[in-house]
Amino acid sequence: MTPELPIYMDYNATTPVDERVLEAMLPFLREDFGNPTSHGHAFGWKAQAAVEVARQQVADLIGATPQEIIWTSGATESNNLAIKGACEMYRDRGRHMITCRTEHRAVLEVCAVMEQAGWQVTYLPVDETGWLDAGQVEAAITDQTVLISIMAANNETGTLSPMAEIGQIAKKRGVLLHTDATQAAGKIPMNVEAMGADLLSLSAHKLYGPKGCGCLYVRRRSPRVRLAAQIHGGGHERGLRSGTLNVPGIVGLGAAAEVARGDMAADAERLGALRDRLDAGIRSQLPDVHPNGHPTKRLCNTLNLSFAYVEGEALKMKLSSLAVSSGSACRSESREPSHVLKAMGVSDALANAAIRFSLGRPTTREEIDFAIEATIRAVRELRAISPLYELAREGIDPKRLE
Amino acid sequence: MEPNHSPEFMEHFARPRNVGSLDRRSRRVGTGTATVSECGDVMRLQIEVDPQGRISRAMFKTFGCSAAIAAGSVTTEWLRGRNVDEAESFTGDYVTERLSLPPDKQHSSHLAQDAVLQAIADWKHTRCRRGQPAS
Repeated sequence: MTPELPIYMDYNATTPVDERVLEAMLPFLREDFGNPTSHGHAFGWKAQAAVEVARQQVADLIGATPQEIIWTSGATESNNLAIKGACEMYRDRGRHMITCRTEHRAVLEVCAVMEQAGWQVTYLPVDETGWLDAGQVEAAITDQTVLISIMAANNETGTLSPMAEIGQIAKKRGVLLHTDATQAAGKIPMNVEAMGADLLSLSAHKLYGPKGCGCLYVRRRSPRVRLAAQIHGGGHERGLRSGTLNVPGIVGLGAAAEVARGDMAADAERLGALRDRLDAGIRSQLPDVHPNGHPTKRLCNTLNLSFAYVEGEALKMKLSSLAVSSGSACRSESREPSHVLKAMGVSDALANAAIRFSLGRPTTREEIDFAIEATIRAVRELRAISPLYELAREGIDPKRLE
Repeated sequence: MEPNHSPEFMEHFARPRNVGSLDRRSRRVGTGTATVSECGDVMRLQIEVDPQGRISRAMFKTFGCSAAIAAGSVTTEWLRGRNVDEAESFTGDYVTERLSLPPDKQHSSHLAQDAVLQAIADWKHTRCRRGQPAS
């Protein structure tokens, strides 16, 4: 049976709200619409109670305590608050921070702002699988280093970071560690103690919660991390993030965290098998396909492949029955190749011809089998048109054309 | 935003005409290979000219975006049956208009124009080198 088209295979971009999450949210959009800061009546109490339940649910997902969760509008805001807030608060310690070239733009752009403010930022390189060696982090630390910001898992390739190792290094050297866990949350087990994280960002809409809601974990003990607020106003969230709480969104994030905690192991096993089926199905039938990402230390739902001798935009158009991402996840309309793939040393041509398949809870085996056939057909059609492929078949290096 | 391509564009992208290769050693065949250095697009376009100077066949292959593929298709359609002298007046504007290309896709029109002019030049050069009398 042909699945309904187009097939969504872009769950690293966003996810649909899980039914169980939606059910939990609905009362707070309807009858229970109170403002949690209305301390004088039942509407406020009910909203406040729901927010605190959600705080516990999110804390449980990452091994934190509820007092360490600060609600935000999403991971971008969390990253801003973590980096700008920590750098501002601890600027007397030094003016240096460390991050990685493959971070999301929500970290890299904040780092660029810090550079303009006079900070020195070290952008660590990765190997050809996108793997960051923890030893590089240690080597980059100076007596001026205030903060390390390293993502838990990469959004484009799914490659994980050695967080526990980095956490130990940070602790040993007395440097704060922030991790953008937007992609990892709900996909792999995470514990802030095991990771040694002092600050951790996550977003509801990547784990089957609603858009517009996220949180920042801020460590309260050993060490107690303090941040300079970036949004000022009524003093919500212990003064760290003013603004009326997005109660339905927060309830949704809490419910999503609880669902993820329960379903994570089963989801990982099922999606890992489907991802491997997709990978094997495509690569066993098509030559000259290059996987991007670490072969094993990688999110179980993510497959990033580059198809040699075809052009990315044409490939995506041929693949219109699949909702997938190409070379650059956030700026797909431009020809600028992905900074992540570039950092891994992937050539511009192969970065341009990269497709990211990311599977999610609703993904079925029928969808995977359809995607395999659709991808093979699209690549074969474009290669039949490609003069570069013809030259390569004849044993001529197409680079000679350039 | 969903790209708003014309039906003509989609038709020639989905089912490009005249994809393939001609025997480049044939003295009747002229081959042009054009590239766009900014984006790396490549179009190889070949014409086969009969003794009367008429283009009997035109074939292309493209490595490039959807517009470059559709451009090769409509360009080879246009060339077929035309006299070489007439074909020399070919410009990318034909491709732009026929496919309703937006400005950011018009490099594909230039790519096709370059490929046509190179193919004609190659045909002339080949014929001259091999001592063929003018038809």
